[in-house]
Amino acid sequence: MISQLTGTERIVAAFTFLILICFGVAMAAAGRGDLIGTHGWIIALSAVAGVIALLRAYGAPEPSPARLSEYYDDPSKVGIVLTLIWGVVGMLVGVWVAALLAWPELTVDAEWASFGRLRPVHTSGVIFGFGGNALIATSLHVLQRTTRARLPDQFSPWFVLFGYNLFCVLAASGYLMGVSQSKEYAEPEWYADIWLVIVWVVYFSIYIRTLMRRKEPHIYVANWYYMAFILVVALLHIVNNLAVPVSLGHAKSYSLFSGVQDAMTQWWYGHNAVAFFLTAGFLGMMYYYLPKRAGRPIYSYRTSIISFWGITFMYMWAGSHHLHYTALPHWVQTLGMAFSVVLLVPSWASAGNALLTLNGAWHKVRDDAVLRFMMLAAIFYGLSTFEGSFMAIRAVNSLSHYTDWTVGHVHAGALGWVAMITYGSLYALTPWLWKRPALYSPKLVEWHFWLALSGTVVYVFAMWNSGVIQGLMWRTYNDSGTLNYSFVDSLVAMHPYYIARAFGGLLFLAGAVLALYNIWMTIRIPVPVAAESASDIPMALQPATLTAQAGE
Amino acid sequence: MFNLHYRLERSAIGFVLAIIGVASIGGLIEIAPLFTIDETVEKAPDMRVYTPLEVAGRNIYMREGCYACHSQMIRTLRDEVERYGPYSLAVESKYDHPMLWGSKRTGPDLARVGGKYSNDWHVAHLTNPRDVVAESNMPAYRWLSSKQLKTGDLGEHLAALRAVGVPYTDEMVSNASSDAIGQANPDTDLAAGVTTRYGDKTDVSLFDGNQGAVTEMDALVAYLQILGHLTDAAHQSTQNEVE
Repeated sequence: MISQLTGTERIVAAFTFLILICFGVAMAAAGRGDLIGTHGWIIALSAVAGVIALLRAYGAPEPSPARLSEYYDDPSKVGIVLTLIWGVVGMLVGVWVAALLAWPELTVDAEWASFGRLRPVHTSGVIFGFGGNALIATSLHVLQRTTRARLPDQFSPWFVLFGYNLFCVLAASGYLMGVSQSKEYAEPEWYADIWLVIVWVVYFSIYIRTLMRRKEPHIYVANWYYMAFILVVALLHIVNNLAVPVSLGHAKSYSLFSGVQDAMTQWWYGHNAVAFFLTAGFLGMMYYYLPKRAGRPIYSYRTSIISFWGITFMYMWAGSHHLHYTALPHWVQTLGMAFSVVLLVPSWASAGNALLTLNGAWHKVRDDAVLRFMMLAAIFYGLSTFEGSFMAIRAVNSLSHYTDWTVGHVHAGALGWVAMITYGSLYALTPWLWKRPALYSPKLVEWHFWLALSGTVVYVFAMWNSGVIQGLMWRTYNDSGTLNYSFVDSLVAMHPYYIARAFGGLLFLAGAVLALYNIWMTIRIPVPVAAESASDIPMALQPATLTAQAGE
Repeated sequence: MFNLHYRLERSAIGFVLAIIGVASIGGLIEIAPLFTIDETVEKAPDMRVYTPLEVAGRNIYMREGCYACHSQMIRTLRDEVERYGPYSLAVESKYDHPMLWGSKRTGPDLARVGGKYSNDWHVAHLTNPRDVVAESNMPAYRWLSSKQLKTGDLGEHLAALRAVGVPYTDEMVSNASSDAIGQANPDTDLAAGVTTRYGDKTDVSLFDGNQGAVTEMDALVAYLQILGHLTDAAHQSTQNEVE
């Protein structure tokens, strides 16, 4: 990849690595005896690896100007592989922590292997490692195709991809060592948070610079969602992670807000991490890959406008439904509930738009497991947004909150929507990017589809059962007017469902392993192909006859 | 309306600004007033700050990710009040940076666990939960008793907490390390300083059962024992809104 950088970009890369080494060593020096020191070494060593890569390519000729007549897809390719690897790692840890709830001694007797430290490795591993890499890889691909412009340069996409993965490594290794600010889905400490902001600014700059150079007058829907994802996640991340570090040599920091204000900020972040990371970004993915794979245009352009602005506006109000009946003022709870319920409209508009796009292509859904992944994702998106609006109602929330029902709901979205749309899109994208006629094994995709579906269904049903039973047992009174069950009674009742949940997760994990294998084999086995599609190149260099074709 | 949008989607900068504007409204309206409306957080004149040992214990609670399974927020529901105690007030987590209200009860709520069990029970429970509660699925934290607590930098921790708004005095900051040792070693000179600075009601005990070295077990148990006891406000409030 270094040989693809121009001379100037190699110098920029060298300076970036040197600055990173300086920062890493400074952190290691200031943080002797603290875990920030270990992270300093990780940062410095990854930058050293970058320097070594630079030196090995020293003297390599500059890339030819002919590169400008092609899209720049290598970062997306690496991103796809990283997505699949993080998926397997994150889900493996997920199955492990699920098993720990059923069999608490199923672990090694070490600090890092306890449930509390492994659990954020699972959540960050799948959300940020798997989901984030998928979003970066696909967004760079979609951005170029829908603007008909090549990425602005060769260095910044690599910086974003590797910088982002460095953040993921700092996060996961930190949890295992005992670095966590205990804010759900925002556990990494201050220095990792600052690093993510830098990466994110560069990510946004790639997006805006490419959009400014677009050859299509209109910005396509998928890019609205990817942009909302990038912008709003930045806003949420910065506000929720405002903190004062103990010192520059301490990993530990104390959040700027406390108590009720912190709770509201945290769930404003937490719920909108779901909205703009796990929903908006993946809707961007859906709006490109589903119509492309189905060979049908989006059903309704106006519906996509309404649902986009509905989601962008209303989700930001919904976070307080995580705090029903708490010490949060009642008016904020009510606002959160109202917006959560209305949110169903734009959510179902998106899901409906996706499914109606398949009209005229249902025979493809039947035959093509890749498209079926995307269709199922849209269905699960509709189901879990309905469930979310339902659970946000105060009376329902009084039963569901604090129980496994929430966990089930999250996984209906994460497995059914996020992972399915991701696997569908990556299966579609891999042959396009590597210029293969087809995937290594369509049969394995079929297997993956049924494993993923059955795993999700087993998981979600297990958690619905356990959640509702838990909620009911906690509030059951006996004839003498006292609580009928102790907390431990409810815990014992969960045991069979915890086993079922771990099994469901195992099925899903098996599918993720198949996906990694299948895509890896597709990449590895060289297939002789005919010349690439003449239209899959940036606009400026296309023959005039092709320029009228839209949507490429 | 759609014509307006037709024009908007031709401008990258315009679209970016529109997203930021539209997305900011909800947070501004729901979060900003929480800092300005006085009734948001009740007054509790008896509210005390965490001692350095409790701060250290709280940091262990956070490091181990206890929030993933234990809430610290009793809702205004009859069954919760009867199971756990008076519902939680906003003021009780006023000095919690960050708050640890939690979102899941794989284990029970801990907002009022302080004083409910003895120190010995907590030590036995943390060492191996199944020795005390046979059905428990909580991890065992065996290493806490053997791990010496890092007390040297607690002054810096208190100073950082003061920077975000917790009213620690200069004396508390400068004596943080020795106060942490003193709180876990009753009947020593250091212990006397703790009650002087944090009040007579401060729990000075052999939390892990051993005199001398302060372990992480000392700190975590000290933190668990203060939960629900920073102020009596919740016990004094009328608790009339239970549903």
